[in-house]
Amino acid sequence: MTTLLEVKDLDVTYPVKGFGKKPFQALRGVSLDIRPGETVGLVGESGSGKTTLGRAVLGLAPVTGGSIEYRGRDIAHLGRRERRALSSEIQVVFQDPYSSLNPALTIEQILSEPLTARGVAGSQARTRVRELLGQVNLPADAGDRLPREFSGGQRQRIAIARALALDPQLIVCDEPVSALDLSTQARVLDLFIEIQERTGVAYLFISHDLAVVRHISHRVAVMYHGEIVESGDGDQVTGAPEHPYTQRLFMAAPVPDPVRQEQRRAERLRLLEQQREADEQALATASPGRTA
Amino acid sequence: MTELTTPIAPAAARVSLLRRLLRNPVGVVSLAFLAIVGLVAVIGSALAPYDPNLASLQLVLAPPSPDHILGADSAGRDVLSRLLAATQISIAAALLGLVVALVVGVTAGLIAGYYGGWFDQVSSWFTGLVMALPGIVVLLAARAVVGPSVWYSMLIFGVLLSPAYFRLVYAAVTAVKNELYVDAARVSGLSDLRIIARHILSVVRAPVIIQSAIIAGIAIAIQSGLEFLGLGDMSVPTWGSMLNDGFSNIYKAPLLMLWPSLAIGLTCMALVLLANAMRDELERSVRPVGRRRRRAAAVVAEERPAVVVHADDAKTRTGEVLLSVRDLVVGYDKPDGSLTRVVRGVSLDIRRGEVHGLIGESGSGKTQTAFAVLGLLPAGGRVVSGSIGFDGLELAGAGEKVYRGVRGSRIAYVPQEPMSNLDGAFTIGSQLVEPMRLTLGISKAEAKERALGLLERVGIPNPKRTFAAYPHEISGGMAQRVLIAGAVSCDPELLIADEPTTALDVTVQAEVLDLVRDLQEERQMGLLLVTHNFGVVADLCDRVSVMQSGLIVETGPVRSIFAHAEHPYTQSLLDAILEDGPARGALAGTPEVAR
Repeated sequence: MTTLLEVKDLDVTYPVKGFGKKPFQALRGVSLDIRPGETVGLVGESGSGKTTLGRAVLGLAPVTGGSIEYRGRDIAHLGRRERRALSSEIQVVFQDPYSSLNPALTIEQILSEPLTARGVAGSQARTRVRELLGQVNLPADAGDRLPREFSGGQRQRIAIARALALDPQLIVCDEPVSALDLSTQARVLDLFIEIQERTGVAYLFISHDLAVVRHISHRVAVMYHGEIVESGDGDQVTGAPEHPYTQRLFMAAPVPDPVRQEQRRAERLRLLEQQREADEQALATASPGRTA
Repeated sequence: MTELTTPIAPAAARVSLLRRLLRNPVGVVSLAFLAIVGLVAVIGSALAPYDPNLASLQLVLAPPSPDHILGADSAGRDVLSRLLAATQISIAAALLGLVVALVVGVTAGLIAGYYGGWFDQVSSWFTGLVMALPGIVVLLAARAVVGPSVWYSMLIFGVLLSPAYFRLVYAAVTAVKNELYVDAARVSGLSDLRIIARHILSVVRAPVIIQSAIIAGIAIAIQSGLEFLGLGDMSVPTWGSMLNDGFSNIYKAPLLMLWPSLAIGLTCMALVLLANAMRDELERSVRPVGRRRRRAAAVVAEERPAVVVHADDAKTRTGEVLLSVRDLVVGYDKPDGSLTRVVRGVSLDIRRGEVHGLIGESGSGKTQTAFAVLGLLPAGGRVVSGSIGFDGLELAGAGEKVYRGVRGSRIAYVPQEPMSNLDGAFTIGSQLVEPMRLTLGISKAEAKERALGLLERVGIPNPKRTFAAYPHEISGGMAQRVLIAGAVSCDPELLIADEPTTALDVTVQAEVLDLVRDLQEERQMGLLLVTHNFGVVADLCDRVSVMQSGLIVETGPVRSIFAHAEHPYTQSLLDAILEDGPARGALAGTPEVAR
């Protein structure tokens, strides 16, 4: 099967304000590929660069090296006009359902925005908006309401509907469920999976939560300090991680079961001890291998 | 699927700014006055009984009379006619200045704020230059070049005023430019022009309207001032030139000054009051939202289902009860006199050395319960009924005096957001030392020594450096350690932690949980842990209470609840946990290649 998106040796560097300040390199030689209809999960902690990778794919981050190929075409340095043309192919669902919807516009105005920008006529756009609301299990009369009248989970459904409006092939999901309550989170994740099975859309699914990523991803990549440290089959990366960082991450998440959490805690402390010893040995042999 | 069955909140009435202004007394009066001024400006010259420039020697400085209601000026011209005609010129001149300032300032502000780059630099520099120029000197110089024209001087004055708009719009645009919905619009394929028109202009619209009312007042005042100084075209009747005439005859006909002064003063006042009224109304529009949300929680009041209580097991503590909450009801007074109850009858016990988890989804009332115990309910909230017994003391409804002997010294608190709970103006050391000196009554040196010891105890690598550091110099995980150090500094018997690890990364969370556990065991504190994370509960708690819409629905030893939850709500929460669920597996129909 062909790949849909291929990221190769991607560097992203943000200029830092102030004369003579060193620019901040957010991504270092990141490679990743996504096939049609596939979910690739991207896990990491805050500052690891996972959001930056998503923004680079969307054309919202300054790419300074490497390439992002979408269906064989490099999209890393597109002009504003070409980028706009790509909007029917790549879409986004952001983390914060509160700031990702303009509080001053009604739901219908928000959802019809991408449609009218493409020249879809008003009546057609309205039909499509009702259809979209149905797809994300919201009542059709929700269109006349303002975002503030909806709960967090409902807002996130609206954001998903907006992403679906142009039938994209790839949706970048940046922490789409981390601001939601536990039970809402599970329902929104199921909605993501259902939509994928129906439409064959691919997801780049960014999250800090291994359990969420495990639930939705076919394959998983783990980011740490702007690099991908481990990637592979979802079950393997989230079940039996190999890289020390992934292991730490895996062990740090508390299991919702008192008995097993006690064991995991003990295991975690042992692992940390082991890694510390290994580090000390590495230091002792004077080989500062990693530039952290 | 509660989300499908719960109806969306009723549609909020969207009231336009104009309609809201009409309900505001100050707004109505100032709008009405401005409407009259506007009307006079349009049809005033037609209403004038005489030609405003018709001079009559018989009428020089004539007092008011039936023929000339406001009398005549030093050249024998009818004051009423001149006032009516002058309104048109003065208002038109002020409007010209306003429009020029608006067009130049808003356009430049939008472009500079949205695109940034060289235009941003040039226009910001230019704005600084214009603001540094003394306006009146520029106008005087301009008059020397272009001659005494009202219009030219207002054109120039408009440019001089434009920084007021530029800075306002620039600030608003740079704030909104990085909002996620603007990014989403960009990804949706909207052109920049469309994004500016739809998403950005709507944000700057309200402040620009308010600013305009103020700028219009300034324009009228400055324009009149120029005319008063005699810098205008004396052949055109304006409020300023009438004032000039009145001033030079102030001893002979004092009334002459009154009319133009009234016109200028009242118009400027009306504009400023209108701006104030608009700001008040725009700010008020935010208020009803919160009120509605709270009401939604109270709709299902009254019925109080039985709490599922699990029997104690070998691992739960027995012993002296430290905190005993009985039938606690916490309510918020609403403006209409009714009461919204966010906690509706909660009972729980915490024994010495016990870790009690309070778990629930957002809006379940778990944080409100914790705040009620601390006596820190936000404004408007109060303990309506029930009791909070703490080691023989009654805290429900207790005054500041009782709490002062308890809070900090016997009950301590660890908040959710570590960064916003440290004061950025003080060093971390001083924020640790001060409370200890107050509650423990020890000397500064002793407190410092203790603080350094505590910082070391909570796992801060370089206590001395952190002690001298300011909050912005440390990470979120470190800040939470500092707050924990502060909380345990006075050896409390009960620690209340409200989502202490929610804002932290998983690996940091694990470390902070380890720290909390160690400190709790070491000092045998009671701990009330408010959280929404079942993993955290499993890690720390001896006992757990599950809250749903202001009530505890199930309570018992932690192992028993996880092993066989009985309440349907607890079961639904446990079912929603994703941990240990099956992984999704590789995409069907693809070769299993993991790169």
